[in-house]
Amino acid sequence: MSPCLQQRKISRMSRVMAIFQRELSGYFNTPIAYVFLIIFVMLAGMFTFYIGNLYERGVADLVPYFTYLPWLFLILVPAISMRLWSEERRSGTIELLMTMPVSVWQAVIGKWLAGVAFVAVALACTIPLWLTVNYLGSPDNGVIAVSYLGALALAGVFLAIGSCMSALTSNQVIAFVLAVSAGFVFVTSGTPIVLDGVRTVLPEAMAAGIASLSVLTHYDGLTRGLIDVPAVVWVISMTAFWLFATTVAVDLKKAG
Amino acid sequence: MSALLELNSLVKRFQSFTAVNGISLEVPAGEVLGFLGPNGAGKSTTMKMAAGFLTPDGGSAHICGVDVAAQPELARQNLGYLPEGAPAYGEMSVAAFLKFCARLRDLSGADARDAIARAVERTELGGVLEQPIETMSKGFKRRVGLAQAILHEPKVLILDEPTDGLDPNQKHHVRQLIRDMSADRAIVISTHILEEVDAVCSRAVIIDRGSIVADGTAAELRKLGPGKGKTSSLEEAFRHVTVPAATEDQPHV
Repeated sequence: MSPCLQQRKISRMSRVMAIFQRELSGYFNTPIAYVFLIIFVMLAGMFTFYIGNLYERGVADLVPYFTYLPWLFLILVPAISMRLWSEERRSGTIELLMTMPVSVWQAVIGKWLAGVAFVAVALACTIPLWLTVNYLGSPDNGVIAVSYLGALALAGVFLAIGSCMSALTSNQVIAFVLAVSAGFVFVTSGTPIVLDGVRTVLPEAMAAGIASLSVLTHYDGLTRGLIDVPAVVWVISMTAFWLFATTVAVDLKKAG
Repeated sequence: MSALLELNSLVKRFQSFTAVNGISLEVPAGEVLGFLGPNGAGKSTTMKMAAGFLTPDGGSAHICGVDVAAQPELARQNLGYLPEGAPAYGEMSVAAFLKFCARLRDLSGADARDAIARAVERTELGGVLEQPIETMSKGFKRRVGLAQAILHEPKVLILDEPTDGLDPNQKHHVRQLIRDMSADRAIVISTHILEEVDAVCSRAVIIDRGSIVADGTAAELRKLGPGKGKTSSLEEAFRHVTVPAATEDQPHV
């Protein structure tokens, strides 16, 4: 090694944090963040009160809210993830970022974490719903806390899928549509619409396999306050797989 | 000491089109190498491979003896790179952008503040620190890109068209900056402004259709003109060694 090389202290976490902070403040530097938060809270309220009939049910819990959350995420989370990599590619900053002493992994994780943090802010904006049911009755707050965690984990999976789709194209609209489509496949793969059809052509074991990939299969348990091993494995493996796919996509497509 | 930047038979293909076809170069400390060539000759592609952004299909690049493809993070610590068009995060202010770059370079606290202050002074960005980059003129954006590239005092500087879009005063200033920094560094600048060779470069290579067609000092290049050993202008020499036809519609990469 030549003498000109001064090995600087490598601090991986600090680079991930630098990317995380830049990305998160990027959301709030533009109107996107505020538009998103307002729409999210409005839609969450509509689903909960009008479609989920929170009052008419006469039960003090947040089941109506959490039941419709995956569908809301399906559309809104891709709106958060679509810019993660597409924007870097469109503006050419990917060339700057990827010639810094930063690994693709550090960049992928930093950006994904920024998306997760943003969704956490959005979820925090719905805490008044939680307060409302506590005012109306005495809900099982443990179940609600687990449901919030589950919702965040679910958003993490959607964000990982979305970041991969975003890495595939320099066009944010395409990234959005791809992410919604991929998310839709994973939301519906556990429903009878898909499974009944699958059972007619594939053996039961395959159908069970497809159902086990589904969002709803695992999410339902979480909304009942149940953190079971399959759900945890599903969240971790889905997130890891899609983030890995993102690094591959960034590597392959950065020149394009 | 060996060359700070070494390129060994770099090759890059895009589908059937060979953009770079076996480029080898050594740039020792103290040298400012001008990278000349017609549009589409492979200048930017070569620089992208040297910076580790594109993976070469053949050959290798070494920065301070470190293989750029094998140990990218280590190699890039000694590299300052200004990509073509000087991309930057438009919504950030100059100060926030440079701070972000400093953090990625593992500079923090007083080190980061000093490095940013030095780069800002050298590129004369002091008056626009709080301005969002997207609202700035092309010349300012270029200087932000330069500031980012020199922030960590790298041993190797690769600058893709550093003076593009600058007015004559700014060009003069950037050339002065490059000369001042050249003493213990290896610097490569691409340009199609031939006067730049006389102004800053200690050596220049001309590349055409992916290969080096001329390599030498400005005086040596002048002898390559049509006049058989007689000294001609750089422009004549450039036209003589490059093929003007069929370079127009090659894919721009």
